[in-house]
Amino acid sequence: MKYALAFIGIIAGTLLTIAMMLSWERPPMASTQLGPRGLGMVEINNPRTEAKLQKANIVPEADPPAVLSGVKVKDSKDYQNVKVLGDIDTEEFNRLMGAITNWVAPEQGCTYCHNPENMADDSLYTKIVARRMLQMTRAINTMWTPHVAQTGVTCYTCHRGNPVPANIWFKNDGPPHAGGMSADRQGEGLATKAVGTTSLPYDPFTPLLAKGANIRVNATTALPEGTSKASIHDTETTYALMMHLSQALGVNCTYCHNARQFSSWAESRPQRVTAWHGIHMVGEVNETYLNSLQGVFPKERLGPSGDVAKVNCATCHQGVYKPLYGVSMVKDYEVLRLPNP
Amino acid sequence: MIQYQNLYNRVQVHGPADMGVPMNETGMFERQGTPFTSRLMGLIGNAQIGPIYLGWLGTISLVCGFIAFEIIGLNMWASVNWDPVQFVRQLFWLALEPPPAKYGLHFPPLREGGWWLIAGLFLTTSVLLWWVRTYRRARALGMGTHVAWAFAAAIWLYLVLGFIRPVLMGNFSEAVPFGIFPHLDWTAAFSIRYGNLFYNPFHMISIAFLYGSALLFAMHGATILAVSHLGGDREIEQILDRGTASERAALFWRWTMGFNATMESIHRWAWWFAVLCPLAGGLGILLTGTVVDNWYLWAVKHGVAPTYAFDMWAPVLDPALKGQ
Repeated sequence: MKYALAFIGIIAGTLLTIAMMLSWERPPMASTQLGPRGLGMVEINNPRTEAKLQKANIVPEADPPAVLSGVKVKDSKDYQNVKVLGDIDTEEFNRLMGAITNWVAPEQGCTYCHNPENMADDSLYTKIVARRMLQMTRAINTMWTPHVAQTGVTCYTCHRGNPVPANIWFKNDGPPHAGGMSADRQGEGLATKAVGTTSLPYDPFTPLLAKGANIRVNATTALPEGTSKASIHDTETTYALMMHLSQALGVNCTYCHNARQFSSWAESRPQRVTAWHGIHMVGEVNETYLNSLQGVFPKERLGPSGDVAKVNCATCHQGVYKPLYGVSMVKDYEVLRLPNP
Repeated sequence: MIQYQNLYNRVQVHGPADMGVPMNETGMFERQGTPFTSRLMGLIGNAQIGPIYLGWLGTISLVCGFIAFEIIGLNMWASVNWDPVQFVRQLFWLALEPPPAKYGLHFPPLREGGWWLIAGLFLTTSVLLWWVRTYRRARALGMGTHVAWAFAAAIWLYLVLGFIRPVLMGNFSEAVPFGIFPHLDWTAAFSIRYGNLFYNPFHMISIAFLYGSALLFAMHGATILAVSHLGGDREIEQILDRGTASERAALFWRWTMGFNATMESIHRWAWWFAVLCPLAGGLGILLTGTVVDNWYLWAVKHGVAPTYAFDMWAPVLDPALKGQ
């Protein structure tokens, strides 16, 4: 009896230790104080995973500057059907096309978007998408500087050599449900990676990363005066989106918030303002640019509900507080920072 | 008659079973099952298992509890399309959610929270019947009803969370879902929605009694263990006829902190600390959303929340207010 108990104890201890080593991160962690003392406003990072992340976020070397031809694309007979980049020098145009190929379709090459017989041909859907994405990139770089500052974005910020960026989202109704009389999930109660492996609402993006969505849940008065109509479910949806932000940027809540009152701007860090613009930017990008491509994408590129791929914070950030650690690529490709025609 | 006394030592008594005092009520069940002894249980308590008294109340309570358990479990299983693997893998994440706010206090369709209400009804029936059972069994033994009233304090908190407060708020979407992680997510979301429950004074009091209970439990347990070799574990006898164990235990606390509880009063301390934890907590939940909408702002208004100097960067303003 005595030995049996000891034996069970040793086996249980061993299994728990193995489980711990496989799922936990070993100390020591690096911590940085972010706010006034006594509030726990501290950023905690694992230096070992941080090193890996830095390796994965190295910016590719920029192509040598173009030797300008002095002829604009729209004035050259060799370039037809150029709707967005007509205003730039032909050599700058060629350089950019080469860069885009490396950023987006390095294996597939030019023919991923172009008909090699006739480069001006719009028959491939990828060309239509690429044109829209160029407009999006310029819109972000010119109209969303409160979020992207002078660092800006290029195709590489999201694509990283993949024709489809690794971090995208579709409307998510979850896996099959028995249906009938059985209780509806109400959009939550599944282990969901996108929201930090919690059981929080598994698709906070559809309701909250749309234009004009209301993310705020707190009342602005102490007593009930109707300043917030948010339900617990609404709160959980916002919470789920914040879990996504935290994961996408590789930061804790306190990177932006004073956790004693998430809604208080006076006690937040300035980073929260940047994030606020980011959330609105993503809503605008999804509405104006991605959703406008509904009908362009073939069926196999659409989500389970038939919607187009959309962006969230992880699409650009990919686990880093500033995409590519804040290194600007657009400074070598200034044509991506011109206003759309 | 041979009497079995549970002394605090490692000796386990494996002898003729103690059948308890005779039943003197009429029309009642007998105690059921043949008693046996377990060495494993003897390590942590009395080695004798059974006989048990279930009666009508206990039987119906168990049936109602089982129905609630089945409703919750089967709906969770249905939520992963009857997939046994996913049911096991995601068991801690699965939920049975209360009805959406739009149904108010009306009965919703089964699939939209109806099952939650039915499960809650059966679970509440089960808990209340079990409460009556603890009351009646205590009375049948000629005991006081302290256990029943302590249990009632916990039931108060349970009813505030799942029924009383939702009714005051006007819809059941405010109530707690069934599920391991989902109810924890609810707790976090509830605190966030109502401006941080840590600034709720009843929550503070509840926590003080919660941690206080742990402290008292440790102090009392340690004191009795420390004098058990002098007979200190035989508390009832020490209360009636104070012996050296009781004297030393009292003297120890009088020496170390100038004051000592008595063999009788320490149990009143413990009982009230334990009971006040859910009583105060229930009050705090009841006032949340009904009387106070943002506890942090309430605490600022009343000078409870400390202020901190956010002077390491330029003042941060709500960007949504720009241009207004």
